[in-house]
Amino acid sequence: MKLVCAVIQPHRLDDVKSALEAAGVRGMTVSEASGYGRQRGHTEVYRGAEYQVDLVPKVRIEILVADEDAVSVTSVVVGAARTGKIGDGKVWTLPVEDVARVRTGEHGPDAL
Amino acid sequence: MDTFVIDPANTAWVLLSAALVLLMTPALALFYGGMVRSKSVLNMMLMSFSALGVVGVVYLLWGYSMSFGSDVGGLVGNPLQLFGVANLADGDPSDLMAGHGVPAYAFLAFQATFAIITVALLSGAVADRLRFSAWLLLTLVWSTLVYFPLAHMVWGGGLLSGAGPIGHLATPMDFAGGSVVEIGAGVAGLVLAVVLGARKGFGKDPMRPHNLPFTMLGAGLLWFGWLGFNAGSAGAADHQAAIAWVNTTAAACTGLLGWLVVERVRDGKATSLGAVSGAVAGLVAATPSSGYVAPPGALVLGLVAGMLGAGAVGLKFRLGYDDSLDLVAVHLVGGLVGTIGIGLFATGPDLLDGARRGLFYGGGLAQLGAQTALALAALAFSAVVTAAIAVALRRVMALRVPAEHEIGGVDLALHGETAYEGIASGRLASGA
Repeated sequence: MKLVCAVIQPHRLDDVKSALEAAGVRGMTVSEASGYGRQRGHTEVYRGAEYQVDLVPKVRIEILVADEDAVSVTSVVVGAARTGKIGDGKVWTLPVEDVARVRTGEHGPDAL
Repeated sequence: MDTFVIDPANTAWVLLSAALVLLMTPALALFYGGMVRSKSVLNMMLMSFSALGVVGVVYLLWGYSMSFGSDVGGLVGNPLQLFGVANLADGDPSDLMAGHGVPAYAFLAFQATFAIITVALLSGAVADRLRFSAWLLLTLVWSTLVYFPLAHMVWGGGLLSGAGPIGHLATPMDFAGGSVVEIGAGVAGLVLAVVLGARKGFGKDPMRPHNLPFTMLGAGLLWFGWLGFNAGSAGAADHQAAIAWVNTTAAACTGLLGWLVVERVRDGKATSLGAVSGAVAGLVAATPSSGYVAPPGALVLGLVAGMLGAGAVGLKFRLGYDDSLDLVAVHLVGGLVGTIGIGLFATGPDLLDGARRGLFYGGGLAQLGAQTALALAALAFSAVVTAAIAVALRRVMALRVPAEHEIGGVDLALHGETAYEGIASGRLASGA
């Protein structure tokens, strides 16, 4: 089993979600995140006082998948999240040792 | 006094105006509350509300008497003469609106709301670090030793009125408190900020406003209340009240635009905080002047106040005083512009009863000199007495909260509450 993690632009979330659903992905976890890569932040000015804001709003998506689906799910996310501009984000995959479904107590691939 | 007859229209207008001005203090709580960090918003708002409590009581006990009671040496009214205002006769000599058929208690109600908002303004200079007990004591002492004497000297026939030395030049004019309220509170804020010292991390750590929608809502309510503040100061539902209403709004409009222009040129973007700051700066400039100038004059004074205010906000970082919410840039600068500007733009009696002529309306330099003298005298009086009060209070009690309370947030440390629910908001402690 694999965990596909993606940090993307917040305004791409709806498209990514739709694309994943169309590709047969049945569940995911989405959370609001803050961060920066090459994009860096921006400045804000309040009554003449300038603030450098390094962290910009992002959305983090986590999807548990079977080993053989990891590559295709990654390309679905990359394709749907891309705008071509700096700040589009990153997608990475991690190995997962075990998964348990809370409702039934099933373990391993059956719990996906 | 036996000839006093109530004028119902004027009385209704003054009572309504008093209600409008009362609303300005909760409005100030919103305006200021949005500008501080989320860890101290309740303390900031409570400073305004507690000024309602303390000054409301003090005003009835001795504040009215010290402002408009029988003169003692040109400095102050006799606090004992009308102490407690238990039986204040309509048409009493203290009732400056008696000539308009407005009863003394209506005049008192209107003036009490002025005292409250003026004291509440000071909270902007001491944000995030003043002990609450010190604040309560400050509201009592400052209103007694600075505000009531200033109100008496300017409006109650004291040293800074036409009866005083400035009267040899020309009778100084202050319609609704450019000197008494705005300059008095503005310079006091500067002095308090200096005596108290800067917030931890001032000029280094980010202290961005935590809720600008609060601030904008507060500014809107301040503008609304300010129409009572200024147009109500006519003491009558008359021509001067109507002109004051128009001038007040005119100055707020150009103040708003002026601040935005400076920001756009200097910082690259026009901001919401800048817009409302400029509107308030314009309202401040209208306060002394709105009853004596014509709308073109109000447009200019508001614009100048907005642009100078926007320029002055950076001073505290360069000079190192933590006037946290900018009493200097908004109230002191706007108050000076409005008070001195009367000497330029006062239209004279052709347009408004009781108004003298400023320099631009053929009045020469006399009125400008009188207005400048009034502004500087009010500034000096408030600065000196506020400094004495602050230094004396610092000797008898700790003014600042401990550093760890300031860093952790005064809402929790001083009041045992927090404004916003978080993931760790706790649970009910016992079988309550």
